[in-house]
Amino acid sequence: MRLVSLRNATIRHSGTPALESVNFYIDKGEIVTILGPNGSGKSTLLRTLIGALPLSSGSLEKVPGLRIGYVPQKLHIDPTLPLTVRRFLSLPKRIKDDVAEAALADVGIPGLGHRPMAGLSGGQFQRVLLARALLTKPDLLILDEATQGLDQAGSAAFYQKIEDVRARFGCAVLMVSHELHVVMAASDRVVCLNGHVCCEGAPAQVATAPEYKALFGSGTHGTLALYRHEHDHSHECDHTTEEHGHHH
Amino acid sequence: MSFFDDFIVLASLAGIGVALAAAPLGCFVVWRRMAYFGDATAHAAILGVALALTFQTSILGGVLAMALLMAGTISVLSGRGYAMDTLLGVLAHSALALGLVAVSFLKGVRVDLMAYLFGDILAVSLSDVIIVWAGAFLILVLLWWRWSFLLTATLNPELARASGISPQREQMIMTLALAIVVAVAIKVVGVLLITAMLLIPAATARTFSNSPERMAAMASLVGSMSVLGGLYASFTLDTPAGPSIVAAGTAMFICASMIAMLTRTGR
Repeated sequence: MRLVSLRNATIRHSGTPALESVNFYIDKGEIVTILGPNGSGKSTLLRTLIGALPLSSGSLEKVPGLRIGYVPQKLHIDPTLPLTVRRFLSLPKRIKDDVAEAALADVGIPGLGHRPMAGLSGGQFQRVLLARALLTKPDLLILDEATQGLDQAGSAAFYQKIEDVRARFGCAVLMVSHELHVVMAASDRVVCLNGHVCCEGAPAQVATAPEYKALFGSGTHGTLALYRHEHDHSHECDHTTEEHGHHH
Repeated sequence: MSFFDDFIVLASLAGIGVALAAAPLGCFVVWRRMAYFGDATAHAAILGVALALTFQTSILGGVLAMALLMAGTISVLSGRGYAMDTLLGVLAHSALALGLVAVSFLKGVRVDLMAYLFGDILAVSLSDVIIVWAGAFLILVLLWWRWSFLLTATLNPELARASGISPQREQMIMTLALAIVVAVAIKVVGVLLITAMLLIPAATARTFSNSPERMAAMASLVGSMSVLGGLYASFTLDTPAGPSIVAAGTAMFICASMIAMLTRTGR
């Protein structure tokens, strides 16, 4: 079932187009990742889908009654605003204590409800955001570079969580990321964005597309292959070993 | 002659009414970093006074209209390439200057400018008190109704969007509430000190709060205590009432900050 589809959409920021003639859709239960360099319109696309930005042209269709869970890229909480994890989960709709506790346990941080949001680690904070997004039992979970500021192990664990969530809730997941390797391994479909849709398809397919190479270079292939534990194409071995030297 | 002479009772009631409305609204002003926005709206009020006197309409209406107009102007101009604090600073001080110039043009009308700049709480009448409480009631109902939405929109506009909340609408509600506070507080503390009634109780309450709701309640308490403390000081020391109220709030803010510092280092 098609949850959201964007047809031939152009979105402008103060006159200049941030996205031009974009066609995009997401189906029920799909995990789709948007890749693209800085300023390629990734966040713009997400913000359009949640309805925060108007279309200059084209159309946006959503399934009636679509519930969206949104995990922002970064949530700055002003230090003057006292907010516990428990209270945050009750925004905007109040929830019962046992529901809140179950939601926290679900994302692997049980018993954190009484803690102030300002006192959480980066990983805990992202999990709280995820817990809140899941409270509405979303049909579509949208994550905007949700693992920024997490180390590689942290973000790998976070994406593992996302796959769990999809399996249990059956929701579609739309992610934006810079972390090609981890994300691509976890996605059904990848969309490469650079002001327009450069290429899309299954991760392995996109990784070999010339448009993708032009955007990200070939250095990332090794990383993808590393995470998929197979090497299906030849590449500059020296280059990749050099690049990965520091991970091991 | 007792402390509870009539005018003191009326002044206390008017002051507490303003404090009760300003405190929770002030929390949002602090959380959303809208201090200058408050200033600009308040300063526009003096222009409203001049217009009301020129066209011989009610001061309350003139102030409310100008405060709303200013807030609307800010909303339109924001996001057009100016840094927000620069834009608000320009508007706030321009409004004050233009207002003062406009008032000077009013020939034949005797205007007690000081009363509008710093308030004249000791001269409030029963009808003033009723207007203050009606305004305060309106603001509190508005905030009660929108509380959760306002809080979500304050945290993050996209987060609000995804929950089906329009951040623009919540911003408009904030603006409206702010304009009402300015309109009813002008008599009590004057345009120059309205922002203080918004900010100081909220800032003081932060130390003792672990939830937004508690902060709003504590701010109301701090605000009311400053009103009573300031009036008492004004009565016994013969100081101007509006500034005394703000000074009393400042004293509480300093105490709270010291307590916060001591407990933090003690931990």
